[in-house]
Amino acid sequence: MSTTTSAPSRGARAAAGTADYLDQRTGIGTAVKEFARKIFPDHWSFLLGEIALYSFITLLISGVFLTMFFVPSMTEVHYHGPWPALDGVEMSEAFASTLRLSFEVSGGLLMRQIHHWAALIFVASIVTHMMRVFFTGAFRKPREINWLVGFILLILSLAAGFSGYSLPDDVLSGNGLRITDGVVRSIPIIGSYLSYFIFGGEFPGHDIIPRLFTVHILLVPGLILALIALHLFLVVLHKHTQYPGSGRTNANVVGYPLFPIYVAKAGGYFFIVFGIIALMGATMSINPVWNYGPYDPSPVSAGAQPDWYMLFLEGSLRLMPGGGTEFVIGGDNGFTVSLNVLVPAVVVPGVLFMLLALYPFVEAWATGDKREHHVLDRPRNRPFRTAFGSALLMAFFILVLAGSNDLIATHFHLSINDITWVFRILFFVGPWATFVITKRICLALQRKDRELVLHGHETGQIVRFASGEYIEVHKPLDAHERWLRVQHDAVRPLEIEPAEDSRGVRRPGYRKDRLRQRVSRMFYEDRVEPVTPAELESAHAHGGGDHDSLGSVHQEHAQVGASAPAGEPAPTGGGSRLVAPVDETGDDVRKK
Amino acid sequence: MSTPHGHGQDGGHESPDFAGSDLVLREGDATPEKFQNPGFGPHRPRKGDVDPAANKKSERQVVALFAISILGTIGFIAAYFALRPGDTVTSMRNSNLALGLGLAFALLGIGLAAVHWAKTLMNDHEKFEHRHAQRSTDTVRAEAVQALKDGAEDSAIGRRGLLKGALVSSLALFPLTIALPLIGEVGEDWNINKFKRTLWARGKRIVLDPTGQPIRAADITIGSVVHVIPEDLDESEAPLDEKAKAIVLLIRLDPRDIVSEQGEGWSYDGIVAFSKVCTHVGCPVALYEQQTHHLLCPCHQSTFDVADGAKVVFGPASRPLPQLPITVDDEGYLVAQSDFHEPVGPSFWERLR
Repeated sequence: MSTTTSAPSRGARAAAGTADYLDQRTGIGTAVKEFARKIFPDHWSFLLGEIALYSFITLLISGVFLTMFFVPSMTEVHYHGPWPALDGVEMSEAFASTLRLSFEVSGGLLMRQIHHWAALIFVASIVTHMMRVFFTGAFRKPREINWLVGFILLILSLAAGFSGYSLPDDVLSGNGLRITDGVVRSIPIIGSYLSYFIFGGEFPGHDIIPRLFTVHILLVPGLILALIALHLFLVVLHKHTQYPGSGRTNANVVGYPLFPIYVAKAGGYFFIVFGIIALMGATMSINPVWNYGPYDPSPVSAGAQPDWYMLFLEGSLRLMPGGGTEFVIGGDNGFTVSLNVLVPAVVVPGVLFMLLALYPFVEAWATGDKREHHVLDRPRNRPFRTAFGSALLMAFFILVLAGSNDLIATHFHLSINDITWVFRILFFVGPWATFVITKRICLALQRKDRELVLHGHETGQIVRFASGEYIEVHKPLDAHERWLRVQHDAVRPLEIEPAEDSRGVRRPGYRKDRLRQRVSRMFYEDRVEPVTPAELESAHAHGGGDHDSLGSVHQEHAQVGASAPAGEPAPTGGGSRLVAPVDETGDDVRKK
Repeated sequence: MSTPHGHGQDGGHESPDFAGSDLVLREGDATPEKFQNPGFGPHRPRKGDVDPAANKKSERQVVALFAISILGTIGFIAAYFALRPGDTVTSMRNSNLALGLGLAFALLGIGLAAVHWAKTLMNDHEKFEHRHAQRSTDTVRAEAVQALKDGAEDSAIGRRGLLKGALVSSLALFPLTIALPLIGEVGEDWNINKFKRTLWARGKRIVLDPTGQPIRAADITIGSVVHVIPEDLDESEAPLDEKAKAIVLLIRLDPRDIVSEQGEGWSYDGIVAFSKVCTHVGCPVALYEQQTHHLLCPCHQSTFDVADGAKVVFGPASRPLPQLPITVDDEGYLVAQSDFHEPVGPSFWERLR
């Protein structure tokens, strides 16, 4: 192993011996050679997925600790212990063991709080990681399958969180289960039986806690582990995506080697994530179930909030108006369909999640792009995607806020009815407005990029010419600065073949193609294309004289479809005067 | 690779002329369609790369961070033995805080040390690898197809429809051996009609929850609200299941305020009884507003007017809370006239069947 001429030390000899032993039996040398210096790109946003992984490991470690002391049983016992408020109270063994775990096991409360905080961070990091992947287009070919794997992981993380939240069998989580029962019952035809399936008979029954325990510590984490393995395998197989920049292409991956850089950075990052969660567990109280009391079907606490990732469902349930939304089909003794539960608790989240899961496939269809993509998009360069994702997030965010409408009402002394009405309206208006505004911002940022590439940086230097004219000197961008702003492809709407062929016969498949073209136009009709060398050359040729504003006129031509307000004076980046762009709107750009 | 020019230097030498532009154009040729990737930018040295003192300082910082971790672990062990959770809230809190801080320092020390080491002391020159298309080559694909064909040939399955059918059928059927008992047993008796009945019955005494004390009409003052359950609830087979359906709110109104009831003579001297289970998704409806006679569910804010047959006045519920017909028995205690006349709680498919 050692290439030095001096005699190897004892440690080195032992390492060499172990390596030889392993390699003779596993051929591990091939894997080490392949992976030890594997290159990964560096960016802070790539850490979001790592937080998810590390908070999951934290969950496994703290979870194993908790299973040693928690008793998943609904057998009723009377509590006797150090917590005086509940002395002698009848409660399930699950709740009693949670109290014992919190008060009598040294480090037990710490592990419980670490486990709960880690769960909140786990779901939050999955969501933010998914946002990063979405807004940078990392889901594009060849990573569509990995997007779906990640999507399933998101769903599983919600299942893990929900099943764990209910285990202590306290009043809050018990009412959460009761809501679940109500939602399940609203499902047509199978609802009542599904409720019996979950609870082993009527709610609450005697089975739900042991069943949730098995789901929570075996079924869901097993699936999550398997899918994380698949997720990471695919990351290694595809090699990580990278942000655009000098030297980075779709054919390479630029960054640092796994050993030693990422062994240190990623390994260290695990300890940082675990450490911060431990700090939270030490200093921030979470889910103090001893204040809520054991589950009893009668009491309920006002102002109770579920864990954050369930708030959107709660908000959705709260916003739906009830009047006239329950129907009986098939006469007076017919079947009951209660849309006031079905729509907010099943249809709305179903639609939100389906849009999320299917988006990569819809975008690929609308783009007509079959190439592999390894260089990420800057969100501004994909205005539709960025706007759509923001709109989806806004819908989610409004539902989350609606889930806290009672707290908003009590904190700000507002009428809960008014707040609910505002959110009902916002749920429809908010995403739409977000879409429009985000898209405008993206287009504006793209124009700013063009502006910068064509005219360079403002230097603050004013030059006076012999003619008496003043202009500000602009410093052109260097090749690296410019590359970031011109590297992306101009994606244009798909062209389709005409409806009829040369003999006037209507061709099959035209309607489908037309739909595809419509969707494609929705995605890419409004766009600002990157500066081409010809445009820059032209801008410089004009700008070399007394001022650089003529180049700007040229730029406006290239923005057809970007709906720049035609005829309106546009500032030209520090030129000596404003030049109104000539209105030449038309389809000429695409005919090029 | 072009070099960045003019950047970070004194801008005073710039002229409005762009002759110094680094735009790469091919001589005598048409301008290229797109810009070319300029290749890797220059490497910027870190302070530690050029200044040995800074390098040494980083090393000391890394060592210090590892030392903090060791101290954290020692602190944790000390806290474990010195600060037991004890019997008071304060001692529990102190134990949790000390253990947690020890653990946090033990972990953060290692983490920050490793990352600081990587960022300041390890080689920071970017490297690159080539990517390869995911798709297999045509040759490999052809070989894969051939391998499958050969395997299918060896299996002798071709043109044997019955064999194929038997294979598929047996594979499709065998999961029933696991699914059938699972589905059969997992829902207990599957008798969903239990949703429709509660413990309330003719003459069943109304008692306080949780003490089980029977109630006389005179015990309830106008404007007050009482949480009640059927008598002998604890003696039923599944008390929690029964309680989940049978919880009731007794509210005494001024009889003149009562606008409507769900049945003739269902109230007693201004005392009305409504199911406490919300008709939305089943939360206990627990907040009563005396002035407006409104009952509010704290879960999703469905609001019911108890003076008007518990009709929904706001929120996501669509049906009134079912009313329990009540009266008094010979001894003057409040009793139910019958069970509810409709299923309590959230709607379900077979509710009216």
